Amino acid sequence: MTQIAETQSAPTPSLSTRLEIIPVVLFAAFAAAPLLASFSGAEGYVLSLLTRVMIFGIAAMALDLILGYGALVSFGHAAFLGLGGYAVGILASHGFEDVLIQVPVALLASAAFAFVTGAISLRTKGVYFIMITLAFGQMLYFLATSLAAYGGDDGMTLASRSLVAGSDLLENDFIFYWGCLLCLFGTYALSRSIVASRFGRVLRGTRENAVRMEAIGFRPFRFQLAAYVISGMMAGLAGCLLANQAEFVSPAFMTWQRSGELIFMVVLGGLGSLHGAIIGAAAFLLLEEFLPEILHAVSFFLSEETRAHLAENWKMVFGPLLILIVLFVRGGIMGLLRRPHHD
Amino acid sequence: MTEPLLELRNLRKNYGALVVTDDVSLSVQQGELHAIIGPNGAGKTTLIHQISGMLPSNSGQILFAGEDVTYLSMPQRVDRGLARSFQITSILPGFSALENVALAVQARSGSSFQLFGNASQEKDLNAPAMECLGEVGLGARAHVPAGLLSHGEKRQLELAIGLATAPKLLLLDEPLAGTGHDESQRVVETLRRLKNRLTIVLIEHDMEAVFSLADCVSVLVYGRVIATDTPERIRANPDVRAAYLGEEEMV
Repeated sequence: MTQIAETQSAPTPSLSTRLEIIPVVLFAAFAAAPLLASFSGAEGYVLSLLTRVMIFGIAAMALDLILGYGALVSFGHAAFLGLGGYAVGILASHGFEDVLIQVPVALLASAAFAFVTGAISLRTKGVYFIMITLAFGQMLYFLATSLAAYGGDDGMTLASRSLVAGSDLLENDFIFYWGCLLCLFGTYALSRSIVASRFGRVLRGTRENAVRMEAIGFRPFRFQLAAYVISGMMAGLAGCLLANQAEFVSPAFMTWQRSGELIFMVVLGGLGSLHGAIIGAAAFLLLEEFLPEILHAVSFFLSEETRAHLAENWKMVFGPLLILIVLFVRGGIMGLLRRPHHD
Repeated sequence: MTEPLLELRNLRKNYGALVVTDDVSLSVQQGELHAIIGPNGAGKTTLIHQISGMLPSNSGQILFAGEDVTYLSMPQRVDRGLARSFQITSILPGFSALENVALAVQARSGSSFQLFGNASQEKDLNAPAMECLGEVGLGARAHVPAGLLSHGEKRQLELAIGLATAPKLLLLDEPLAGTGHDESQRVVETLRRLKNRLTIVLIEHDMEAVFSLADCVSVLVYGRVIATDTPERIRANPDVRAAYLGEEEMV
């Protein structure tokens, strides 16, 4: 029996080192993209699309930290995107346009919101946790729609992107792109460290068996709350970037559909691998962007009118496609990447 | 006689009209192995849940090392040295056996709010964890995911996790449940070694094991303690025979 166990456990290290290739390739691709974009002829479009991918990558990864490693299904994570966005928008409208002010304020606001709502919602479990985080998210959404001074329903347009220590560096799309990549890499490195740390191990243990964790002396609530706050702050940072990318803030940042999309990105990429969430965000946004054209191209055998209809109603394909992926590709895209090696 | 390590005073637990723990008073001396036996449904596991803090008691008191712990949470009681195992194996299946134990070591050594550093490489956590695994005879299986261990090995792992919290008193809820003969032999040997160092409260159905290990036996029937005595005298007690032992084959 010992021998069986050894042969089972032996491949584990090599498997994990092999999987490390994926994040390296992923970040290399993000780093190489601007260079390639220059040749594509539509660099503005490519850059802005990929910048969005990275921003949502940060938000999805933030969610993965508590969803994938803590089994906390937060259905209100878009609220933090909104908090970050509105921190930028509101401060800018009062003349505080520097990221050195905006980002710390956004992070503090996100942390405070996460701390208060987390302290309440983490007292519930399962479906109740989902509903209560949704409720808090909606609360913030309606608060934003009622902020008449800041655009209410319509949101507000930013006069310009944020300044960095007084200079308007970020107006350059390339520099903004690199800034987002830096944020993505920073949050990824931080998350990786957290997951492997003592703290992360308690979080993972609580996911597997909370009662056992209490029986060895841990109070899971504290760790879950801390993780929720960290995750909220990371999503808040993504919100700051998103506002700058769009140069616009609106309550649409924090609709419950957006929260659902974040969950979908995480599940699509594969729960509990961090870079999986980034890949999930990329797959989701790129599909959303290109599916109409793909559908139009693939349906060449149909009449022109049907093809147009199909491309127009691409969401009818998008939804079922996502459901099929989740149903049949267990472990999401990361599961798919892992599978061929496993057999 | 010195002050007992664990003392239950008139402990009660009821679910509506159903009284599960009925006025239980017990004292467990430092260093003894105190077995609690009783037929199925006697409320043994409920009693363990109450002592460990998983279930609140309706009335009565639990004193541990002279302190009233009746209203403390389970983690707080663990901090004070009151550890438990579960009747239904409760481990972290996705973690290796070593990590299961190392987490218990981590719980009592330093802050777990460290966000940096790889916990699975920490020697200060892994070395004591390996020691505990060695103690229960699982040293060779340290790196196997706990979910892949055999049932008996999981029972041994439960024991190792309990030991790793460095308890003064270990509550064991049927550590032999569902184990094969060889495996149960191994657990009994482990317990025999441990009883010199630790105070143990043992719930067990295996009479052979109970009578060979225990210093003191309490018999629980329908939530009541009907007798507490040495194993020999319990065996001879007519009430106990009538209520319990008569139903099973005597040892």
